[in-house]
Order: sequence, then C-alpha cells, then structure tokens
Amino acid sequence: MKNGLPRTGKVADEDMLKRVPHEILEEAYKTGIDLDDATRSGTLFHVDQATIYAKVNAAYEGKIELMDTQAALQRYPWLQDYRLKIVDRGKDEFTQRVAENFSGGYFMRILPNAEVVFPLQSCLMITERGLEQRVHNIIIAEEGSKAHIITSCLQHFTVDRASHLGISEIYVKKDAVLNFTMIHHWNEDTVVRPRSAALIDERGEFVSNYICLSPVKDLQMYPVAFCNGDGAKASFNSILYGHQGSCLDVGSRAVLNGRGSKAEMITRAIARQDARMIVRGMIEGNTSECKGHLECRGLILDDEAVLQSIPELVARKRGAEITHEAAVGKLSEKEIVYLMTRRLTRDQAVSTIIRGFMDVGLMGLPEALTDEVNHIVDLVAEAS
Amino acid sequence: MTNILDVEDLRVQVEDKVVLDGITFTLRTGESHIMFGPNGSGKTTLLNALMGIPPSEVTSGKIVLLGEDITGRSVDERSKLGMSVGFQYPPEIVGVKLADLLKVCLGKETRSGFSEEENALIEAFKLTEFLDRDINVGFSGGERKRAEILQMMLLKPKLLLLDEPDSGVDVESLKLIASEIQRYIEASGSSALIVTHKGDILDYIRSDHACILLEGKIHCFLDPKRIYEKIKSSGYEECVLCEKRVTANWESG
Repeated sequence: MKNGLPRTGKVADEDMLKRVPHEILEEAYKTGIDLDDATRSGTLFHVDQATIYAKVNAAYEGKIELMDTQAALQRYPWLQDYRLKIVDRGKDEFTQRVAENFSGGYFMRILPNAEVVFPLQSCLMITERGLEQRVHNIIIAEEGSKAHIITSCLQHFTVDRASHLGISEIYVKKDAVLNFTMIHHWNEDTVVRPRSAALIDERGEFVSNYICLSPVKDLQMYPVAFCNGDGAKASFNSILYGHQGSCLDVGSRAVLNGRGSKAEMITRAIARQDARMIVRGMIEGNTSECKGHLECRGLILDDEAVLQSIPELVARKRGAEITHEAAVGKLSEKEIVYLMTRRLTRDQAVSTIIRGFMDVGLMGLPEALTDEVNHIVDLVAEAS
Repeated sequence: MTNILDVEDLRVQVEDKVVLDGITFTLRTGESHIMFGPNGSGKTTLLNALMGIPPSEVTSGKIVLLGEDITGRSVDERSKLGMSVGFQYPPEIVGVKLADLLKVCLGKETRSGFSEEENALIEAFKLTEFLDRDINVGFSGGERKRAEILQMMLLKPKLLLLDEPDSGVDVESLKLIASEIQRYIEASGSSALIVTHKGDILDYIRSDHACILLEGKIHCFLDPKRIYEKIKSSGYEECVLCEKRVTANWESG
C-alpha cells in the first residue's frame, strides 16, 4: 500500500499528519499511540522510509528535542559521536545494512534536569508490501533528566511481507531516569531484527519494557545495557506471546561495570500452537558490590509449541551477587477451577489467568500509558 | 420449609479409590450444619463433589439443589445456581489482584470501582491494603481466610460450603469471619454446610445440627456442642462403634 507521501527522508510539514490516511492512524492507535496533546509531550511518525511528522508539545519546548535522525545529524555535527558508538556496525549483516543506508528514525533528547511528565512517543510503521525498513534511532537523556518514551513498530494490517531492521542507541547520563517502552505489532510474514544498546552513567536509571503480542515470522533481538557508572541501574521487562508460525528469539543482556550497579530482568512468555520461542537473559557482574536478578516465567498452552529459557549469570569479581529463577509450565487446573467457583466459565477463567500472567504492573508505566497497554493485553487474553 | 440440598446415595471416588460410600442427607433452607471428621475421612472430598471439583468423581447417586439435579453440571454452572465454596487452601494466582477477583464476585467490570458499601465491607474484613496484591500471594493464614470469606459474601450464595474456615486462622480473624458468616446467613436466609476440626467456630455460628463423617459414611447427633464434647472426650474411634446413623433429615436413627 502506498500512501503518496514524499520519500526524501526529510521531515515533512506539521500539517502532513492531516494527510496521513485515517486507517494508518487507526493502526497506530492499536499500539498505544495517542495523538492527544494533553497526554503526550511529543510525537513522531516515521512511515516506510520517511519521517512524516515530528512535533513537540508547546508545553515542553526547551525541555525535549524530537526530530528525524537524519535531520538531527545534519543539524548537530556532534551527534556523529553518538552514532554507532555502542552498537557495532559490524555486529552482523543487519547492522551493516542499517549502518550503510538507513532512511531515518527518531532522535530524542531530554535536556539536562528536564522532568517530562507526559510520555514522548514515536510510531514506525510499514505500509508498503515487501519493504525492508531500515531505521537508526538515537536517544539522549541528559544529566538529571526524567522521561518516559513509548515507541511502536508495526506494519499496517493490509501489508503481508515486510522486514524491519533497526539500530537504537540510548544514552542515559548521570542521574537521569529513562523509562522506555517498545511495542511491536507485526504479522506472520515479517522478519524483524532490532539491534539496541544503552549506556548508563553514574546513578542513571534505565527501564526498558518490551511487548510483542502479535504473530511474527522471525524476530531476533538481544538488547544490551552497559551499566558503566557507579550506581547505574538497568531493568528489562518483557511480555511475549508466540502465535502460530512465529519464531521469537528475544533476550536482554546487562553488563555491570560500575561499582554498586544493578540489573533486573523479568520476562513473561506464552507459547501457543506451533510457536518457537527462545527467551534469553545474561547478567555479567564485572565489579564488586554489583547485583543482578533474572526471572523468566513461561507458559506452554499447546503441545506443538516450544519454549526454551536460557538464563546466564557471569561473575568476574568477588562481591558480585547475581541470581536467577526460570520456570516453564502449563496453566494450573487448580487456579482455573478456583475461578470457576467464582462464576467464571472455563474460557473466562483461562483469560483471567493469562491476563494476570501478562501483568504490565511490573513495567512502571505512567497512568497515561497503562490503559493503552492494558487494552492491548486484554485483547490478546480474551482471544486466548 | 423447603430443602436447599438433597444428596441421595452419593458414591464418590478419587483416582479410583472409593472415598464416599453412599452418602444421603438433606439440608433445609436457612439452616447451618456442622460436619466433623478425622483427617482423611472424606470431608473435603464431599464438598468438592458437591461443587463438581476434580478429582472428586461422582460414580453414582444424585445431588439436587433447590429441586434441580446438578450432578452432571459444571463448576461454574453450580456457582451460578447459588452454590459457593470457601476453600481450606485457596491457591495463589500471580498477576490476578484481589480487587479484580472481588469485582468478578460482584459481576463487575475490572475497570469499575467499588461502591461505598462495598468499600466498607472490604474495610470490615481489613483487606483494603491488600486490594492491589496478587490473590493469596504472601498472605498469612488469616488474610487468606478473610479474602476467601469476603469473596463469598460478595457472591451472595444460597448455599455456603465452608471447608475448615477456622483452621490456620488467628483468633481475631476467626471472630471476624465467623461473625460475618453468621450475619450473612441471618440476613439472607441462606444455608451452610461447615466442615470443622475444632469447636471454635461454634462460638459464632448458630447451628442445631451436626454430624460426623467417618469411613465414607455419615454418623449423626443433633447438637454440635455435644458432639464436639464427645469427640474431645472419647475420640472418633467411639463414633465408629456407635449405632446412631444419620437419616435424611438429620435426626439420629
């Protein structure tokens, strides 16, 4: 599907959003994107190979910057020092392809000591059949800043075959707090390869939430957080749902280099039909007084599904404390029957348990986001 | 006076083992009945069979609730007909909040709030601070029982089946839940079958009828306090030897 938008990679006029077909906006709404200024501090839309809209809410002018990555690289020469600094361009064929040629992406900068109450949001959408979308995103949370970001990556439901390759580099500077939520919504014919890394300075805090509840042909991602500063913290929370024909290999890695640095990883994974899922997690303790905990819980709901959990703990210094819990199982009949004694049918009881299993409460989302994300989870739980 | 429950020659097995071997009794509307029995006598099996909960499997006999044969009905169907069970060991369900479960009992949407009256009842059960917690996860024995009984109060059942509501409970919680149960029974005219080990609950529940479940059969005396004193003094072994057996309307035969 072509939407008649310019493909120059330049940021389009603000009113370009009005020219975006309604059905594109409808798809974006399904993944938590909200165009109401009252609940968002800034919005960016990147459709196929062009950023068509980027606007900061007037109340946040001077606190945040939001624009297409290509435009930002042209405006700020110093940004080249951030590009491909923590993701290696030679990591694999996908990073090489994005490093050599990318259409754009989002550049977000939260200025020093800025407190951004409402989330920044971006939507990266594919509307062209067969497209290989290549994006490079850079986020900088300057010293002392606090912000939430929600980003959705999706394809329009009329698009079947497509692929999404992305590099995301996130810098959380001294005493900054950044909560980053990414929602993926693909279909059973899409190949997805995001390559992400975060660098966290002294007492910086980075929370990364990832939700993928839609079918996907082949998704492989393994974001890494380098907790380099003393007291740096990283949290990775993921909710994954594997459908018919889906292959997901999703993980996260935290490298604890700073004294007193911490990492926590929590994953909830459900495998249905013939889904193939691998859930990985690695915490490396390279300094004394560092702590990390990794928890993975999986549910297999059908005999043909495969769910593999691979936790890894590496301690390289005395004083590193790293723990993990991993469990893969089935729905508890006792729990189902218990809910049926409360007048729920079996199907309703199963939905309730699955809904609770995918509890977004652990993600620390602001109220402005919680309802949207809960709604996405509700739809999947009911369909279960 | 009508019968709320008629159980006719019920035989129940659990994993191929016969646990209840021909149970027959009647509960009348508005009455509370106490059931004693040693560990392993089949009390929980009986309550599970009445509610349709596996692994209790009815192999013959009938369960009739308010004149309707419910022997083959599902758990949720029995619940919707007005039967409710308070478990001795309710499960923990990670991710399902107490507040959400209470709204399920009230028939409300998850996103709706509680009325003033409902909040007052939650506070009376001292569970306001537990609303955002995963149901039963990390709850003490008393907290679990309070959460269990509060759910039953909100379901407003016609027949309460209570499996040892007084076990694993502190004194204060027992007084609270037993008083609320009695208050509900008096106000609603509903009936109750209460399984207990101890006589503590008898301080709060008014009942004229008690029985003992032994070796798959019911033995019966009329007065709960007398029967409890008998058990305390002579033990269950003497009950086995006793010639008195329950008849359908709970009079000793």
